[in-house]
Amino acid sequence: MDAFSELLNGFAVALTPMNLLWCLVGTTLGTAIGVLPGLGPALTIALLLPITFKVESTAAFILFAGIYYGAMYGGSTTSILLNTPGESATIVTALEGNKMARNGRAGAALATAAIGSFVAGTIGTLGITFLAPVVVDWALRFGPADYFSLMVFAFVTVSAVLGSSAVRGLATLFFGIWLGLIGVDLQTGQARFTFGLAELLDGINVIVVAVGLFAVGETLYVASRYRLGKDEIVPLSGSLWMTAEEWRRSWKPWLRGAAIGFPIGAMPAGGAEIPTFLSYYVERKLSAKPQEFGKGAIEGVAGPEAANNASAAGVLVPMLTLGLPTSATAAIMLSAFQSYGINPGPLLLQSQPQLVWGLIASLFIGNVMLLVLNLPLIAIWVKLLQIPAPLLYAGILVFATIGTYGITQSPVDLILLYLIGGAGYLMRRYDFPVAPVIIGMILGPLAEQNFRQAMTISAGDWTVFFTRPLSATILALAALALFGPKLYQLAVRPKPDHVPGDA
Amino acid sequence: MTMTGGSAEDPNARSRPAIGEAIIGAGVLALAIVTFWQSLSIPVSPIYAKVGPTVVPLMTAAALGLLGILLLIDAWQGGWQTEEEKAVTPDRAALLWVVAGLVLNVALIGSAGFTIASTILFVCVARGFGSNNTLRDALIGAAFALIAYFGFVTTLGINIGSGFVESAIEGLIGLEGG
Repeated sequence: MDAFSELLNGFAVALTPMNLLWCLVGTTLGTAIGVLPGLGPALTIALLLPITFKVESTAAFILFAGIYYGAMYGGSTTSILLNTPGESATIVTALEGNKMARNGRAGAALATAAIGSFVAGTIGTLGITFLAPVVVDWALRFGPADYFSLMVFAFVTVSAVLGSSAVRGLATLFFGIWLGLIGVDLQTGQARFTFGLAELLDGINVIVVAVGLFAVGETLYVASRYRLGKDEIVPLSGSLWMTAEEWRRSWKPWLRGAAIGFPIGAMPAGGAEIPTFLSYYVERKLSAKPQEFGKGAIEGVAGPEAANNASAAGVLVPMLTLGLPTSATAAIMLSAFQSYGINPGPLLLQSQPQLVWGLIASLFIGNVMLLVLNLPLIAIWVKLLQIPAPLLYAGILVFATIGTYGITQSPVDLILLYLIGGAGYLMRRYDFPVAPVIIGMILGPLAEQNFRQAMTISAGDWTVFFTRPLSATILALAALALFGPKLYQLAVRPKPDHVPGDA
Repeated sequence: MTMTGGSAEDPNARSRPAIGEAIIGAGVLALAIVTFWQSLSIPVSPIYAKVGPTVVPLMTAAALGLLGILLLIDAWQGGWQTEEEKAVTPDRAALLWVVAGLVLNVALIGSAGFTIASTILFVCVARGFGSNNTLRDALIGAAFALIAYFGFVTTLGINIGSGFVESAIEGLIGLEGG
C-alpha cells in the first residue's frame, strides 16, 4: 500500500493547474508529432531540452512524458490512415489498420487503437507504480561492477537484438560510444578526441546528435526517394463508435497486448517492436477468423497498439529505477535528468519523490487526455496529415537549425549537426539502426564511470566482473542475447525495414 | 552523400562485392584507426594508471575495428542492402537542393542573421521536395522563421543569431532582444 499512498501524493503534484497545463501541452504536442511523418518523440524532446534551464524539473518531465505517450497515440493514426508508420512501434498497426481504413472502417480502427492505447497505457502505468519500488529494493544491492554489466546487457539488447543485424547494430552503438567519449574526461581532466577544437572540450551535445540523426538524416533520406511514390491518405470513414462485435473482438487483445508489452518494455532490453510483432502473431494464432488477417482484422490493430503503449510505459521502469535508458527517447530523457543534476537510479524514488510520483500520476492523467484528444478530436489530427511534404520537411530543418544553433550560437555545432545528419542518411540507406547511437552516447560515459569505479574497488582486477554472482549472471545473459537472436530471427519473420522517426 | 548503393542495375549484384557497403565498412575501420591513434596520444598520469582515460577509448577502437572488418566481409559477400533499397537510385537533384540549403544556412547564419539564412534553407528544402512556388515558400519560410525566432527569444531567453531583420523588427516593436 506504500506505493499507493505515494501515488496519491503524486496526484497532488500532477493535479496542480500548472502541471495539468504542462501535461495538456505535452500530450497535444506529442499527438501532433506522432501524427506527422518525419517527427518523433526523441527528436521533439531533444529540441525541447533547453527548457530544462528555465522550467523546474517536475514540470519539464510531465511535459516530456506527455510527448512520449502522445507520440504513441498519434503514430497509430498515421499508420491507419496513411500506411506510413509514424513511429517504428506502429508498423504492425499499419498492416491491419490501413486495410481496415481502405475497407471503410477507419473509424473503428482508430477507436480500437485509441481505446486499446488507453487501456494498456493505464495498465502499464499501474505496472510502473507497483514494479518500480520492487526494482529499487533489488537495485540498491548493485555495486559498480553489477551496474557496468547491466549496461553491457542493455547495450547488447538495444543494438544486437532489436535490429536486423547484430554487426550493424553494434557498429552504430560503438559510434555512439565514440561520440560520447569526445571531450574532457571528468576523472583525469584529459581531453579526448577533440582534434584541437575548443568547441569539443565540453563534448558533443546530445541535441546535436539527436537532431542530426532524426531530423537532418531523416529529411535527406526522405528527399532522396520522395518523388518515387506518393502516400495516399485514406479519408476518415465509418463510425468512431465501435459495434458490439468490434468491442467483443477488441477487449481481449487489449489485455493480452498489455500483458505482452509491459514486461518486455520493462526488461532492460526495451524496444516496442518486438512486443508489437509478438502481439500480432499471438492474435493471429488465437483469432477465430485467422483468414481475416491481412485483410483488416480488428484484433491485429487492438493487440499491437496495446502492446506498443504498455511497452512504452515499461521502458520507464528501468529508466527511473536503474537510470538505464533502452530507447532513444528514454536516453534523451536521461540527459534531461543529467541537465538538472539528478541521477536516475535506485535513489531517485527517495531523493525526488515529488518528481517521480508526480510524473507517474501525470501519466495516468495524460492517458485520459490522450483518449479525448485522439477520439472526439481526431478530425483535427487528420488535417495535419495534409500539410504538404515540401513545407513540412523545410519546417523541420529550420526548426532543427534553431534548436541546435540556439544552444551555443556556434557554427561548429551546425556543421556537426549536418555531418551527423549525413551519417544518419547513410545509416538509413544502408540499414543501420539509429537508436543505438543515442543510447551509446548517453549511456557510454556512465558505463565507463561504473567500469572505472569497479576497477578501482577491485584494485585493477579484471575478474571482478565475473566473480560477483550478479554481475556474472548479467554478463552471461548478455552473451546469450548477443548470440541468441539468430534463433529468434528464424522464429519471427518478417522483420521491419526502416521507419521514420524511430523512437 | 550522393553515393549509389552497390550496382543496382545488375540482377546478380548479390554475389558480387557491394561498393557502397564496402565504403561504409572501410569508413568504420578508418574511424577505428583514428580512434586508436588518438587514444594513444592521450597523456596518462601514473595516478590513474590502472584504468586511465585511455582504457575505454582503446576498447572502443578495438570494437570498431572488429566491426569494420566484419562489415567489409559482409560487403565482399554481396552486401546487406535489401533488394528494395538497392532498386532505388537516390534522387540526386533533391539531395543536392537540401544539401545546398544546409551549406548556405551555415555560411549565412552568422553574417545575414537567422531569419534570412532560415528562409533560404526553407526555400531550398521545399524545392528539393518538388515545390516550384518559390515566392510562396519564401514567404512561409520567413514567417515561420520569425515566429520561431521570437518564440525562442521570448520563451526561452535564448538569442539565436540576430541579423538586421531581427534587429529592425525588435526596434520597431520595442522588444529587448536579449
